[in-house]
Amino acid sequence: MQANLPNNHISKRLAKNIRRHMFERFVELLLMLAALSAVATTVAIVVILIKESLAFFNTVSIVDFLTDTQWTPLFEDAHYGIMPLVSGTLTTSAIALSVAVPIGTIGAIYLSEFASHKTREIVKPILELLIGVPTVVFGYFALLFVTPMLQKIFPELPGFNMLGPGIVMGIMIIPYISSLAEDAMRAVPMSMREGSYAMGATRFQTAIRVVTPAAISGIIAAYILAISRALGETMVVALAAGQQPNLTFNPMESAATISAYIVQVAMGDLPHGSIGYQSIFAAGLVLMLMTLTFNIIGHITRKRYRENY
Amino acid sequence: MSQQASVLANIQEVRAMIKRHKMHDTIFAIIGLLALMVGLIALLTLFIDLVVDGYQRFNPEFFTNFPSRRAAKAGILSAWVGSVLVMVVTFLAAVPMGVAAGIYLEEYAPKNWLADLIEINVSNLAGVPSIVYGLLALGLFVYTLDLGQSILTAGLTLGLLILPIVIVSTREAIRSIPIAIREAAYAVGATKWQVVFHHVIHYSFGGILTGVIIGMARALGETAPVITIGALTFIAFLPPSPVTDVAPFINFEWLTSGFTVLPIQMFNWLSRPDHAFHINAAATGAIIIVVTLLMNGTAIWLRYKIRKNIKW
Repeated sequence: MQANLPNNHISKRLAKNIRRHMFERFVELLLMLAALSAVATTVAIVVILIKESLAFFNTVSIVDFLTDTQWTPLFEDAHYGIMPLVSGTLTTSAIALSVAVPIGTIGAIYLSEFASHKTREIVKPILELLIGVPTVVFGYFALLFVTPMLQKIFPELPGFNMLGPGIVMGIMIIPYISSLAEDAMRAVPMSMREGSYAMGATRFQTAIRVVTPAAISGIIAAYILAISRALGETMVVALAAGQQPNLTFNPMESAATISAYIVQVAMGDLPHGSIGYQSIFAAGLVLMLMTLTFNIIGHITRKRYRENY
Repeated sequence: MSQQASVLANIQEVRAMIKRHKMHDTIFAIIGLLALMVGLIALLTLFIDLVVDGYQRFNPEFFTNFPSRRAAKAGILSAWVGSVLVMVVTFLAAVPMGVAAGIYLEEYAPKNWLADLIEINVSNLAGVPSIVYGLLALGLFVYTLDLGQSILTAGLTLGLLILPIVIVSTREAIRSIPIAIREAAYAVGATKWQVVFHHVIHYSFGGILTGVIIGMARALGETAPVITIGALTFIAFLPPSPVTDVAPFINFEWLTSGFTVLPIQMFNWLSRPDHAFHINAAATGAIIIVVTLLMNGTAIWLRYKIRKNIKW
């Protein structure tokens, strides 16, 4: 059959094959370039942050940056100590976690060990909806609902304070912890639960003494990823925690966080290349390093538990 | 006789213990349910609070007025138009790129260091705080590429921000397609791209759409990065219309226009001391919540439907 076909028909088919082949390679290249955009974004973030930070550290010594107790880059008497911003960031995050960790964990245990299939089918999507609520709206909640309510309990609480936004951030993070910790608990093999039930343990005992210890690295990973979210959270603290850098760990005081400082400066009209402009990149670099550390630890812990079962 | 009594006492002790443990069980179940409700109750409180504070502004003028120095006359026209236009750019930037990247990682990437590098980067980018994307955009788009504080800059920034969401959901959707589908297509002589284009993309469309909607909802509510690039907050004009009445009927001037978006308008009103503006902020917040909840709800419902209708 083949031999009867005219020659040019075969060469046409071969040519088509080559065209097809070329097109395939071209498409693959395009797709690879798209995938590399993720790498490019990371590189761009690192380059921009480091470039502007280096310019910043030409003026400010790193020792001052880390040890000075005042952060007043825009004042006549300029001080460049990052500590006040770090203390604000850590304090609000600590409040958020002390709200979110217990509530989120209990919620996760309930969801994984107690809830019926139907309850879970309803609750999981609701958690997802909660994760999707924009943070600026929670800022309103912190500033005009939670803080006035707290002022009824603590009359001396100022209008801007770290307690209110900290609590609201905690509420924001609860669904995040619940959802991640529940995933970790569901990964614990059923046979371990069955063994526990066979010994006569209740659901509560099984949950606390068998499932939680077995899933502990996954649960801790959930906490660590939540810390990183709290550190980077911006709008709630920018709106409700105040804009005055303040070296304090007292939740009843007002203090700016790193992210709130960046927003505050960006709102003003700072000339490109000024020390104020460079300072937000230096602050951003510190924030990035903090969240990156926690993200990496979190991912490593999470990977470990996944490999266990 | 006494041995029997002690056995009886023992049984009673055991029964008491069982009862106690069962009670702990019930108590914990109640606490657990309450803990799960905290978030939902907070959201409901927040929403009711916003509606109660802002309901007086729910009238047509609120949507058709520009912001104004007089709180009662101020509206969100420039903000919602800005949001829509920024979303268009975000969609065009993030979706083709994210879907292509997801396809590459699932269908093409060989198991080598490059694929690992890309994977690590994607999961790392998902954890970068949004304000850092703002700094990236300020340094890269606004000053290095000189795109200015424009709709284009904001759209690209938010596009990068949601890229990991689109990539991850694309990968998950693709991964759920059985290998048999691909093998069948190869068996009738399809090339790799034909398999991907006619089958893989086709069957994963719903899953990808879910991720895209969730990503767009996220972008709509993001405030910090858009503030960082220097979005103006008092905008009493609309960007030039994308559609004109003279040929070629489309113009791209709107891309370079100054703008504001809904969350920034809300932030701006909220950071003023005058309470009258807080009412506007509440109304804007209620609108933002409704829109994002609707988008996320649609996505979740869609995913549920897809899971139910799966044919393999």
